[in-house]
Amino acid sequence: MSSIGTGYDLSVTTFSPDGRVFQIEYAAKAVDNSGTVVAIRCKDGVVMGVEKLIVSKMMLPGSNRRIHSVHRHAGMAIAGLAADGRQIVARAKGEATSYESTYGESIPVKELAERVASYVHLCTLYWWLRPFGCGVIVGGYDREGPQLYMIEPSGISYRYFGAAIGKGKQAAKTEIEKLKLSEMSCREGIIEVAKIIYKLHDEAKDKAFELELSWVCDESNLQHQKVPDELLEEAKNAATAALEEMDAD
Amino acid sequence: MEKFDLDAPHSTGTTIIGVTYNGGVVLGADSRTSNGVYVANRASDKITKLTDNVYLCRSGSAADTQIVSDYVRYFLHQHTIQLGQPATVKVAASLVRLLAYNNKDMLQAGLIVGGWDKYNGGKIYGVPLGGTIIEQPFAIGGSGSSYLYGFFDQAWKEGMTKDEAEQLVVKAVSLAIARDGASGGVVRTVIINEEGVTRNFYPGDRLPLWHEELEPQNSLLDTWGAAATGPEPMSM
Repeated sequence: MSSIGTGYDLSVTTFSPDGRVFQIEYAAKAVDNSGTVVAIRCKDGVVMGVEKLIVSKMMLPGSNRRIHSVHRHAGMAIAGLAADGRQIVARAKGEATSYESTYGESIPVKELAERVASYVHLCTLYWWLRPFGCGVIVGGYDREGPQLYMIEPSGISYRYFGAAIGKGKQAAKTEIEKLKLSEMSCREGIIEVAKIIYKLHDEAKDKAFELELSWVCDESNLQHQKVPDELLEEAKNAATAALEEMDAD
Repeated sequence: MEKFDLDAPHSTGTTIIGVTYNGGVVLGADSRTSNGVYVANRASDKITKLTDNVYLCRSGSAADTQIVSDYVRYFLHQHTIQLGQPATVKVAASLVRLLAYNNKDMLQAGLIVGGWDKYNGGKIYGVPLGGTIIEQPFAIGGSGSSYLYGFFDQAWKEGMTKDEAEQLVVKAVSLAIARDGASGGVVRTVIINEEGVTRNFYPGDRLPLWHEELEPQNSLLDTWGAAATGPEPMSM
């Protein structure tokens, strides 16, 4: 669906004759080139997983985290330009703490997503700013239950049962649609997310990757945290096993 | 001889009370606004609405508490629109506290926030002078409350019914009125629960009498027994 926007794509404050803002669409392309992020909302929580492509063998495993905790009860997974993502996470953390200082309660996930989306959108309104080159998935658990929101570089934010951004997002979405999320627990969800990420990782194009998994659910005491190591290992093993089974066919 | 400065800042001398019960809260207050020994308003309403489900009991400076409640009502209204549902009692109390704490040098306001929300049920928060916030099963405030600490220590119990709680509040306010010169008038109560809000009114002469209090009398003539003829009307 790409087209050249010659002449109308030099500034984010210019519309094209057919009503598009090309700079925002180009920002979305930056997101599409990054490692896949997959997130699902299970019946007792939210699971988020990232296919973190490893650029160099010298990199320490566990560094360059793509999933961040924004507050006790909510986390964010980033796809796209990592540095842009850090800005968004910093802003989200600020919003969450300032809400709690003012209102005495944890920020509702919906409110957090709306504030972050507002901020991302802000940067598409002025010529002296460029849009954020990253998409963000917000997963949290508040008194309305577990919730999942996705925010695109345009500043659009929707609530989802399952969402994916990055390279393998089309394939990931097809896989997510096969799952029965309303009956799934987070423990099962972890395995499913790992399987999806392993499945859509392209061995030919990108060599190595590290799997980052996080959850916020009843089992984690409503805290957003990295999935515990044993469960992470379990998920990785199940995913590799599933791949081998497929290959064997 | 005391000079009456009728333009001096008005104080709500006051007794205010907030009590939780099994299913909601009961707020109560007297109705005297005093200015030294002059009673500026003998029927004031010290229980102010912040939202449909949260009310505020005001004591201290009348002006200060009115302004604070106006601001909090405004902020809560915006918050409700943003959130898409009624605010919780805790949020209302947090906003009251922010104003009370950040302006502590200028304000003289002892406040009790009480209400009901669907997540936490009935809740009472005290925000005394200085701007602390403390969640309590019951709270008392105002000059008349000094006389009620012992009373509540003995009479308060967990899990009262709505009627028990209201009777407790009315009794307490009337006890305080009996002893505190800056409290008086009528007793107003506001009951807030899942069903909604009920306002009640107890005129001064329908309150129980305490130790050494006399029956209210309409005229000294009743005491003197001039029942038969009565005084002659003045001729103009």
